[in-house]
Amino acid sequence: MTTTPGSAPAIEFCDVVKRFGDNVVLDGLSFSVAQGDRVTLIGPSGSGKTTILRLLMTLEEADGGIILVDGDPYTHEMRGGKRVPIPEKRRRTVRRRVGMVFQQFNLFPNMSVLENIVEAPVHVLGLSRAQATVRAEELLEQVGLADKRDARCTQLSGGQQQRVAIARALAMDPEILLLDEVTSALDPEIVADVLGVLREIAETTDITMLIVTHEMQFARDVSNRVLMFDHGRIVEEADPETMFTAPRHERTQEFLRAVLGS
Amino acid sequence: MSDDIQTLIDRLPRLGDALVVTLELTIGGALLAVVVAFLLGFGSRTRTLWVRGPSRVVVEFFRGTSLVVQLFWIFYVLPVFGYEMEALAVGIVALGLNYGAYGAEVVRGSIESVPRGQWEACTALNLGWFHRVRRVILPQAWALMIPMLTNLLIQLLKGSALAYYITLHDLNYWTDQLRRATSDVFFSYTVGLLAYFAIAYLLTWAMNTLEERAKRRLGRGTRRPSVRAALRLAPDVGPRALAGKGVAA
Amino acid sequence: MSPETVWRWDRAWEVLPHLLEGLRITVLATVVGMAVASVLGLVIALAMRTPSRWLTVPLRIVTDFVRMTPLPVQLVFVWLLLPTVPSLVIGCTVLGVHYATYMSEVYRAGIEAVPRGQWEAATALDLPRSRTWLGVVLPQAVRKTLPGLGNYAISMFKETPFLFVISVVEMFTEAQKFGANTFSYIEPLTMVGLLFLLVSYPTSLLVRRMETRLA
Repeated sequence: MTTTPGSAPAIEFCDVVKRFGDNVVLDGLSFSVAQGDRVTLIGPSGSGKTTILRLLMTLEEADGGIILVDGDPYTHEMRGGKRVPIPEKRRRTVRRRVGMVFQQFNLFPNMSVLENIVEAPVHVLGLSRAQATVRAEELLEQVGLADKRDARCTQLSGGQQQRVAIARALAMDPEILLLDEVTSALDPEIVADVLGVLREIAETTDITMLIVTHEMQFARDVSNRVLMFDHGRIVEEADPETMFTAPRHERTQEFLRAVLGS
Repeated sequence: MSDDIQTLIDRLPRLGDALVVTLELTIGGALLAVVVAFLLGFGSRTRTLWVRGPSRVVVEFFRGTSLVVQLFWIFYVLPVFGYEMEALAVGIVALGLNYGAYGAEVVRGSIESVPRGQWEACTALNLGWFHRVRRVILPQAWALMIPMLTNLLIQLLKGSALAYYITLHDLNYWTDQLRRATSDVFFSYTVGLLAYFAIAYLLTWAMNTLEERAKRRLGRGTRRPSVRAALRLAPDVGPRALAGKGVAA
Repeated sequence: MSPETVWRWDRAWEVLPHLLEGLRITVLATVVGMAVASVLGLVIALAMRTPSRWLTVPLRIVTDFVRMTPLPVQLVFVWLLLPTVPSLVIGCTVLGVHYATYMSEVYRAGIEAVPRGQWEAATALDLPRSRTWLGVVLPQAVRKTLPGLGNYAISMFKETPFLFVISVVEMFTEAQKFGANTFSYIEPLTMVGLLFLLVSYPTSLLVRRMETRLA
């Protein structure tokens, strides 16, 4: 997919540093994601892939560097040569463009399925309950759970809960969707259902997607770029075909051998 | 104010006596409570119904009636049956039985919290009941129990203030006497409450140190109890708090 | 000593209406006290979560001070300090403040028991903080605090007799008065003890059931 010339990249990391105690997970990471890109992040655990997603959702704060979304600085900006934090109010306007689906679904148990999906549109986007409900029902239809609209979340299976979580994220009309190992907590038979939903979303929308997953086939089907991470650095970058059939870097070859067994 | 302080200094020797009474009630009551708690706690778990039943009944009875009622019942009614006890004994017995019943639930709950696997391992190794309880189960349950027992201990200390009303000259009595001497309610009661607070703090510190030692013996505590951990006053509300505390990261 | 001289049934029945009169005050004190404690306890729990140490450290010390010092002494203190305020008002207020210190810990544990993932999901949906608290965290936290609230309500019910120290005529004081007038304490004290048991035991069973249902 090509980006419209002149438009800002959807995501840009400039020299981002992130430490957890003594452990430096990201050490001056820079990369960019264009509008409409579908990028899969692969690599061993601890390589920083999930951290990148969590930084993009402001669940963690970077210790150095600047993150830009759509050309706008997200949590910090450079002012007069100094790196200063951005106040929460401005962060919120940027955060609205980003949505996330979690490994553990994180649905709100005190609300029904429908209430989970309309909560944010009503209280953040200012939609009326009626408007939000119509949109929610459309999304539930799309993920195949229209009949579960009034169910309690705890009554649903893991796969169903994750599909509700996807609907909930999409209800906010994000420009960027972050998928953090969304099928890792599911039984193998259910994984296909959820991936099917994500595939459909990839085909029918031009939402930018950043995916962390072990499902290599899914990565091949949906993404146009694959980034291999190790120790917080991008070791290799390619389109899925090249990455999976003819990786150039030794570390990538090692990793893919271990994961794919080929 | 300086008059008040002078009066306070004059009364310090009597404070010593009053503190002794309060501590006798608290420590005496606590020791009795521990005995009662273990007896009833284990009793509520035995398989034999004629031990388990009465244990549960006694526990529910003392938990379900008020400490004040129990105290005055023992004080006023027991003598009618021929059991004359001096006031201090009445206080200790009432406090011990009441808080022992609450303690029984703590003991029972903590023992049940020890993972089943531990009991099963003991069976696999053919350890006898007494042996397994003393050497395996109790050391683990004990570390769990201490925070909740600390809460009960502080409540027991607070309950000891009732002894004033059955003619004992405890800290509560001393505080009231101070008030009469200085005619300054705020000053005297603040001093009295601070004295209780000091005792409570010391008791909590002692129990926290006990807890850190118990956890260290299980390999779960911090390498050396930090000053902060020993001095903390926060009570615990449930097993969750217990599970998280002091676990080596 | 024959049973007739020790226990007199006529006195036992005679004291009962007095006790029930007192029970009304006992229940009133418990309800009002728990209302104060629940609200104040939540305020304290939320206040303790602010990052400002100028607030949290003194608040912690004051809360511990109230929690760890005897209720009867606190009652007499306030009562002597404010002679014009009716005893029942003082009683309910001091009970409420004293138990608020317990309730704040219950709320704290309840809030901390809400999984981090819930907070993260609220952030991902860009929910404002007020909505995160009101719509997501507090409803889940309160469910976990209900058994604690129930248990402390029962506890307060059994501690209302402490109000006798400031001459509030609740159930226990009625028994005491009756005993003093008739020189026979066994009937009133036994009956009041049984009354306490009769109310608190079934309630505690209900709370235990609620605990297992909400677990």
